[in-house]
Amino acid sequence: MSGSVPSQRPAELRRQPVRLLELRREIPRRWYLGAGVGFIALFLIAWIALTAGQWVSPIFLPSPLAVLAELRSQAASGVLWQDLWASVYRIMVGWVLSTVLAVPIGVLMGNFRFFEGLFEPFIDLVRYMPAVAFVPLTILWLGVGDAQKFAILFIGVFFQQVLMIMDNVKTVPREMIQVSYTFGLSQWEILRSVILPAAMPGIWDTFRITVGWAWTYLVVAELVAANVGLGYRIMRAQRFLETDQIILGILIIGLLGLFTDYLFKWSYRRLFPWALQSR
Amino acid sequence: MIPSAKLQAQRVWKIFGGQQEAEVVAVQDLSLHVGVNEFVSLVGPSGCGKSTFLMMAAGLESISAGDIWIDGKPITGPGADRGMVFQSYTLFPWLSVEENIRFALKKSKLSRREQDALVREHIQLVGLEGFERAYPNQLSGGMRQRVAIARALVYKPEMLLMDEPFGALDAQTRLQMQELLLNVWQTHRTTVLFITHDVEEALLLSDRIYVMTARPGRIKAEVVVDLPRPRNLLDTESDPRFAALRRQVLTLIREEAQRAAASGEFAGAT
Ligand SMILES: Nc1ncnc2c1ncn2[C@@H]1O[C@H](COP(=O)(O)OP(=O)(O)O)[C@@H](O)[C@H]1O
Ligand SMILES: [Mg+2]
Repeated sequence: MSGSVPSQRPAELRRQPVRLLELRREIPRRWYLGAGVGFIALFLIAWIALTAGQWVSPIFLPSPLAVLAELRSQAASGVLWQDLWASVYRIMVGWVLSTVLAVPIGVLMGNFRFFEGLFEPFIDLVRYMPAVAFVPLTILWLGVGDAQKFAILFIGVFFQQVLMIMDNVKTVPREMIQVSYTFGLSQWEILRSVILPAAMPGIWDTFRITVGWAWTYLVVAELVAANVGLGYRIMRAQRFLETDQIILGILIIGLLGLFTDYLFKWSYRRLFPWALQSR
Repeated sequence: MIPSAKLQAQRVWKIFGGQQEAEVVAVQDLSLHVGVNEFVSLVGPSGCGKSTFLMMAAGLESISAGDIWIDGKPITGPGADRGMVFQSYTLFPWLSVEENIRFALKKSKLSRREQDALVREHIQLVGLEGFERAYPNQLSGGMRQRVAIARALVYKPEMLLMDEPFGALDAQTRLQMQELLLNVWQTHRTTVLFITHDVEEALLLSDRIYVMTARPGRIKAEVVVDLPRPRNLLDTESDPRFAALRRQVLTLIREEAQRAAASGEFAGAT
């Protein structure tokens, strides 16, 4: 057993070998990050090699430099900023419209079996209908303005979002609700001060995922009857085989999607530190 | 009706399902009572309907037949006169220890200052000084249950309903919590109906123990725990009387377990 001599930290510790491929084993952070950056670098190198060596025609795959040049000219002419603003605005309005409806309806569906029974069959029916198929209808109903773009984004996002929010609400443990009744709270008080705060981190994560979907529906929304927007720019470029424009558009949409995703992840950590796994 | 009973249940039934679903008789013809300031435990094989009965007593589950009275009045729904402690999941993770306990006073008419004093007093009672601002995800399982107990006591319910509150804790922590509850109860007497499947826990804490049959749950036997008070873990558990009572209760439970196994019934939810 331990004697009276105070234990002293050994001067030298054994070096732990780095094992990269072992089931469920943590790896050093620099390896983790380095691998991700390295893969993207590899992808870029392959792209440069393919185009610089003239292996493929620039009509099929323009070089990264050509894409950069396109970016510069669009930024200079102002087209880029117009497109960006038009698309960001559409995404915001479409997604916010969907969300302000999906939150209350999802919360009702998650808490009251009646509302679940009322809405779920209808939502299940609609959510498998392809948003693209609604393009002609929405033009007929709403014309060619922004309202039609909002509608497509709404159709693409809303029906899945409602069901996800319903599930977020359902994960609040029953015991938490039951114990709240014993403090003398009414069901509306419990809904407001127990169920909503408890479900909020899950709902926030649903926001993050669904705003990502809104970005993927952008091209569909700007498929026809648009004259500005990132998705429109891609569709127009297709007609003239301007592949560099297409690739630039795809990259920008990807980066913006990544950015909103990061924004929600970052605010999640700020807003709900109590929901983070500790230890 | 037993005049001094805080809670009395008479011929209570709970039948789940029916109509298209198969019926589950969870509680069958169950009668029991808990006296004022008495500590009563309910033990029995898992799935025998203990939690279901507690839910009915809390007013959170409807009663299929029979009656449960609190102070001679039939139960109409949940209320702040009956505090509850569950096995898990009931702390509000977005509130600190202090805020969790204060939450139970939401409906209280006390002034802010009086509430502060109560919250502080109860944090001391369960030994959580220094953790007032910690969040549940920073606490160990035992500490979380301390908060749950403080929260159930702070609004001074007339009765506590506890459903295996230490069931998810490791053996060491469990003993600590049993002692804590024992001390709290011996200094602040209140009426407790306590569910457990740990016979020693029941003996240490209770004045009386009801042993339930396997499902459908009825009362099989009532055991009076005539061990002297004040009790404590070491002395009480080494009392020869404790060993005898333990044997008696374990025998009753084993009979039920065997009967349940013989009838091909498997343990359901706990
Ligand atoms: N909401 C419910 N619907 C249907 N059956 C239930 C429900 N709640 C409990 N039961 C059944 O009632 C029986 C008793 O359950 P429970 O009271 O949880 O037992 P215990 O707490 O003694 O382990 C079990 O067979 C369980 O499956
Ligand atoms: Mg149970």
